[in-house]
Amino acid sequence: MLYNNNATHIRRELLVKLASLAFEGTLREKIDRVPLEMIPKGQPSVRCCIHHDRAVIKYRLLAMMGFAIEKETDELRPLSSYAEEALTRTAVEDPLLTVIDEACSACVQSHYFVTNACKGCVARPCVLNCPKKAIQMVNGQARIDPSLCVNCGLCQKVCPYHAIVKVPVPCEEACPVGAISKDPQGKEHIDFTTCIYCGKCMSECPFGAIMERSQMLDVIRALQSGNRIVALVAPAIPGQFPGDYPQLVTALKMLGFTDVYEVAQGADETIEREAEELVERIHKGEPFMTTSCCPAYTRCAHIHIPELKPYISTTKSPMLYTAEQVKQQTPESFIVFIGPCVAKKEEALRSGVVDFVLNTEELGALLVAKEIDVPHCEPASILNTPSAAAKSFPIVGKVSQAVWEKVKEQEKGVQVRPLVVDGIDRQNLKILRQAVKTKPDGNLIEVMACQGGCVAGPTTISKPMVAVKKIEDWIRKSTVRMNAPQEETTAVGVRS
Amino acid sequence: MERSNHDRKIHVVICSGTTCYLMGAAELFGIEKALEESLASRISIEGSPCMNLCKGGSYGKAPFVKVNDTLIATATVPKVIEEIRRQAAM
Ligand code: FES
Repeated sequence: MLYNNNATHIRRELLVKLASLAFEGTLREKIDRVPLEMIPKGQPSVRCCIHHDRAVIKYRLLAMMGFAIEKETDELRPLSSYAEEALTRTAVEDPLLTVIDEACSACVQSHYFVTNACKGCVARPCVLNCPKKAIQMVNGQARIDPSLCVNCGLCQKVCPYHAIVKVPVPCEEACPVGAISKDPQGKEHIDFTTCIYCGKCMSECPFGAIMERSQMLDVIRALQSGNRIVALVAPAIPGQFPGDYPQLVTALKMLGFTDVYEVAQGADETIEREAEELVERIHKGEPFMTTSCCPAYTRCAHIHIPELKPYISTTKSPMLYTAEQVKQQTPESFIVFIGPCVAKKEEALRSGVVDFVLNTEELGALLVAKEIDVPHCEPASILNTPSAAAKSFPIVGKVSQAVWEKVKEQEKGVQVRPLVVDGIDRQNLKILRQAVKTKPDGNLIEVMACQGGCVAGPTTISKPMVAVKKIEDWIRKSTVRMNAPQEETTAVGVRS
Repeated sequence: MERSNHDRKIHVVICSGTTCYLMGAAELFGIEKALEESLASRISIEGSPCMNLCKGGSYGKAPFVKVNDTLIATATVPKVIEEIRRQAAM
């Protein structure tokens, strides 16, 4: 798709501002001015007035400092007071998404609507086909009675003039599990007992009303603490910034990370164990196994398709294996996972090994705040980089392919038939439910919550196609380097 | 009217430093796809290293794009296309 999005620009600008103030150590003193700087007097307002626009900026900053808008009790409490709390707290908390009610435009309930393109034709297929007799002709045009309409959409399908449109509520439409809905005031609320943290509502809301509660300030504090801070870089990340991966590693060190590890390292362990597990399950006569690396999917299955649970691989995710390896070698390390995913934040919070999560945009904001330009960085020398198969994990289809190839390599006489569920939406949820009832064609089902894989995650910066190309580039370059003679080393991770 | 003007190449440079990339340049690549063939064939697009316009707190004005000699701040797809059309019509 080709588009720019104003809400995205504002969010990223604010993240950079916040990061700059935090790095400078002037957050408490200066944050109350930020809404005024962002929306100066005399500028045309997006909403009813500049005060409303400024209020929305204030709430965005709250979410970016890690607070839940829903928990606000005193509207007069200044941002500086929240900043104080954020800079002294000792733990981050869930839920990880929050709705800015001031920004939510309370879209009208999704419905079908007859436009002026209606010709009032003689055939009147809409009237005749409506199962609820909700359509009548008024002044020569069809009109839908909302009290009767059940939103089946048949009228839209049969109209020869395409005169009937669906007016959706984008967030509700995007949520595959019906976890977001309106309160009596018409504002959206997320039910966190059913939310799977796929982040789709956040990406789709045209008002940018749904936000992540960021841990960026906690990471900045950790970076300034003098402790040993380790970055765990998701394999999707090399596709997200200009310059190449070894340059990004240097950039991360310039930010203050002590060490940088590729999460693909843990993916190699995931491949190994998942291949073993699959062979075992097939030998036991189980019909299929699904992958387990996508946390939005596993959470979704646990809550919404419990009958699928026994078929989910019990192998841990690459993030967890990598984190465990790091903790084992250097128990004093603080671990910051960096990735494009919302659900990983939830997985990290439960894990007990990952301390903080930074998303792609937040990492970008840290770099910009520190004026670190990745393409200008000296490339770090990277020893012992993970396999190409592991580095390909963020690209849809590549996880199952890696496991499949691993099984083939082991020559256990097991036939693997991979199937890919590309993106969690209502349609694909049906397919997954069906898989439990009828034996599916494949015996290894890969499920990715984001269509296209993590390269299309909710906080990505690059277009997915560009990201894939950059990841393949990194794979090519690192394989060439791996094959070239190099110093002997057994260390995992990276040194610069 | 001179015909040669209408064949003049239009050179689009998209800043691809970290700041511009984050602030929206990543979405600008592929912009030629939004143009009709006759115009798309007249433009060339390239990325550039940081143009040094983003420093000192000016990141809010990124991304920067140059269409021949004209500099566009907070460049968006419609803004860049408008400038391309303006120059094409000159
Ligand atoms: S990154 Fe574009 S001007 Fe610096």
